Amino acid sequence: MMKFIYQSWWKIAAVLLIFYTIIAGLLLPVPVLPILHETIRNVYFHVPMWMAMFVVFGISVVYSIKYLSSGKEQDDLVAIECVNTGVVFYILGLLSGMLWARFTWGEFWSNDPKQNSAAIAFLLYCAYLVLRNSIDEEQKRARISAIYNIFAFPVMVVLLFILPRMTDSLHPGNGGNPAFGKYDMDNTMRAVFYPACIGWIFIAIWIATLRYRIRLIENKKLSL
Amino acid sequence: MDILRQTGYLLKKEILLEWRSKYAFNGVLLYIVSTVFVCYISFNLSPGFNTSNSYPVVWNVLFWIIILFAAVNAIAKSFLQESRSRLLYYYTIASPQAVILSKTIYNALLMTLLSVLALIVYVLFFNNTVGDAWFYFLSVLVGSVTFATTFTMVSAIAAKAGNGGTLMAILSFPVIIPVILLLVKVSKSAMDGVDRSFTYGNFGILATINIMVIGVSLLLFPYLWRD
Repeated sequence: MMKFIYQSWWKIAAVLLIFYTIIAGLLLPVPVLPILHETIRNVYFHVPMWMAMFVVFGISVVYSIKYLSSGKEQDDLVAIECVNTGVVFYILGLLSGMLWARFTWGEFWSNDPKQNSAAIAFLLYCAYLVLRNSIDEEQKRARISAIYNIFAFPVMVVLLFILPRMTDSLHPGNGGNPAFGKYDMDNTMRAVFYPACIGWIFIAIWIATLRYRIRLIENKKLSL
Repeated sequence: MDILRQTGYLLKKEILLEWRSKYAFNGVLLYIVSTVFVCYISFNLSPGFNTSNSYPVVWNVLFWIIILFAAVNAIAKSFLQESRSRLLYYYTIASPQAVILSKTIYNALLMTLLSVLALIVYVLFFNNTVGDAWFYFLSVLVGSVTFATTFTMVSAIAAKAGNGGTLMAILSFPVIIPVILLLVKVSKSAMDGVDRSFTYGNFGILATINIMVIGVSLLLFPYLWRD
């Protein structure tokens, strides 16, 4: 698994995929739908941010569990750097969503259940970072924050993916609104959307691994 | 079942300790009564509010906010008040699961008692607009138990991290917000006298959250107490 992060084929693939989706996403035709119109192209940029965030947060939880069973410092470093990267993608996802909402719903923030629960889940991960900073002792910090990370992940899933689906949200895919289901996305859109998701997920993992490797080098320097 | 026996003893000890000092109980009860009284006085500053349309909404939300802060205050104590040496002593005589389980059960009992008393005080001061009283009461009971299970685990984390009060609020609020949204929704429909069958699903979700949180606490707490 750790060999994977030093290989370069998937990084090249990620860059190529992103370039492809930026060009194709802006140029290829999209289905003409009421209200959405051309803003439907945001699906190529907004949704992959959340996918990438979800994947790095998931990796972080896996490594938190690993840390609790092994006690190795590297596992904790993977967990924290994955959360750091995930938070950046979280902010990008929120911002791209807000920009889209400005042009389709009329307001940057329109009190939509999906937006509200996204904000709450953001607080959850901010709390994780605050918790980390509040403890000085390294092993204790690693253990307690691993526990909170495992505790927070299911709450985040409930907030982002379950609760908004139960209420009347204007967000596509919730409350019976159209989304990238079988009715609204044609094959040209799928040909851009899926590569975009894969590309951004790889980019997120790449950033996280780079940060992890920087931390490893810093640790080595400190221990000399 | 060794764990259950240990849990029983620890629970008895928690109740006995609280019975002797009555510190947490009386303190939080006083907090609730004074908050309700402050709200009562400030509501009376704007005459006619009692009969306005928004009154039931405010009634319901205010009640849950009072309970929320009462729960934070009551449960934050459960681990913060324990001294290091006393915790060490527990761990030598009992399993960590028994410790967290006894704390959770104790807090659930405390919160149930407190929220029932809070409801009584609340109804005394504010004129009651609840349609389905029994169902509202049930939602209050379920809500206080859910608060107790969630806050117990979070207070254990916050106590371990060292600086109690602030961290407790920061860590627990994002976790508790979905719960409180559900509770406000359930209790509002009980208030409006909506047919009970509509809210069974939400009770199911609350029960699932409780089971999940207790399961996660039992799994994670053994890692938390080791130093």
